[in-house]
Amino acid sequence: MLKKNAETIVSIRDVHKSFGQLEVLKGVSLDVKKGEVICVIGPSGSGKSTLIRCINALNNIQGGEINVCGIDLTDPKLDKLELRKRVGMVFQQYNLFPHKTALENIIMAPTMVLKQDRAASEKRAFELMQKVRLEGKEHAYPGELSGGQQQRVAIARSLAMNPDVMLFDEVTAALDPETVKEVLVTIKDLAQEGMTCILVTHEMGFAREVADHIYFTDNGVIVEHGPPKTFFNKAKDPRTKEFLSQIL
Amino acid sequence: MYEPVQQGKILSGIWMTIILSFYCLILSVVIGIVGAFAQGSKNRFIRGFVQGYIQFFRNTPPYVQLLFFYFALGQFTPTFSPDGWLEVPIISNVGWAIISLSFFAGAFNVEIFRAGIEAVADSTKEAAESLGFSRFQTFRYVMFPLAIRVSLPSLNNNLINLVKTTTQAYGIAVPELLYQSVTIWNDYPSAQYPTMLLVFVVYILLVGVLVMSMNSWEKRLRIPGYGQ
Repeated sequence: MLKKNAETIVSIRDVHKSFGQLEVLKGVSLDVKKGEVICVIGPSGSGKSTLIRCINALNNIQGGEINVCGIDLTDPKLDKLELRKRVGMVFQQYNLFPHKTALENIIMAPTMVLKQDRAASEKRAFELMQKVRLEGKEHAYPGELSGGQQQRVAIARSLAMNPDVMLFDEVTAALDPETVKEVLVTIKDLAQEGMTCILVTHEMGFAREVADHIYFTDNGVIVEHGPPKTFFNKAKDPRTKEFLSQIL
Repeated sequence: MYEPVQQGKILSGIWMTIILSFYCLILSVVIGIVGAFAQGSKNRFIRGFVQGYIQFFRNTPPYVQLLFFYFALGQFTPTFSPDGWLEVPIISNVGWAIISLSFFAGAFNVEIFRAGIEAVADSTKEAAESLGFSRFQTFRYVMFPLAIRVSLPSLNNNLINLVKTTTQAYGIAVPELLYQSVTIWNDYPSAQYPTMLLVFVVYILLVGVLVMSMNSWEKRLRIPGYGQ
């Protein structure tokens, strides 16, 4: 995992975000290099999902700077389309389009947003379904698939846009334990192929195994961060220690 | 009643009712869709305009709307002259009936579709956004197709009401079924009750056909593994 010299692809500087009176992010900074896998962990309500949603402008920020693939997200004339071509996002509740088959879910964005040829998009969609180990399920509707299968279709759907960064927002939190693994394996494959991934997760084992860098958030700030080995074994901050002791 | 002239009146009345209903159904649904889309606009004035439209047409009696459209607005419509003598307004009374009733039912349809759209999870919309869909694409390919499935039962109700409300076009002399029937029983008082009975039967059949086609549409829209 030689990523020392890689370019920074996501740069977050002193980001502040409030929902009404409630300040959710109180000055968060982090950098992600190309090909890196970042895990953001922390208790519920600590702002980790909000942070990841800021990266593709689903939430807008009130202070600080975010730069993704050279796109300045604080620019009032932000081209959201350009941003979303670069950043793929997978959600906790999969959010597939229930009235479309798995295949249609995957080809919608490439044909409608990227204006790709339908035949080419379909060919790619079949490849992606194979990649997420769901060959044969192309014509199933989301309602006919298990949670884990739906989540893998959602990953394929994001990949079809050829993003530079993938965001995963607690993607295994709604799954039953047996299907968690199949989704994690898919993400691990991606990470090993060099996809830049930012994950919000509660899967500590997975974070330890796959992440290059772990960030621990609590109460709107990053309390501690480091490579998994140091983070899990030599946490310094009392809050991190307490959190880890409850989870591990 | 079985006399050819009366029979002709009834048949042409039924036909006019069908025509009125058909155009009003289509137009009011189109108005509903456009209105529901415009309600999601970022522009405050567009939203305000849709809201004003809904409040006006939903909160006033359709009969008064009909009279207003025909008599008040009808005065200002341009006319044309086919033979140099006559002055024929470009919108006939049938045209005004279609416009007025469509706007009336359309106001309800906007609200019906809005409720359907609100029933679609926000997260589904976010998924579409995060894939780079435009607001129109999100509405056209994701929100509306899901909303319509939720909306169908209430849409069904409103459209049934609309078909029955077409009888009010009688008020501006649109020769639909009720109008024709009244001319019959004015000429033949003894035919009054049987004609009324006939009108009931025709409406039961017309609405029955509508309900059946709506139900089969609902079945066709059913998504495997979704909902029940």
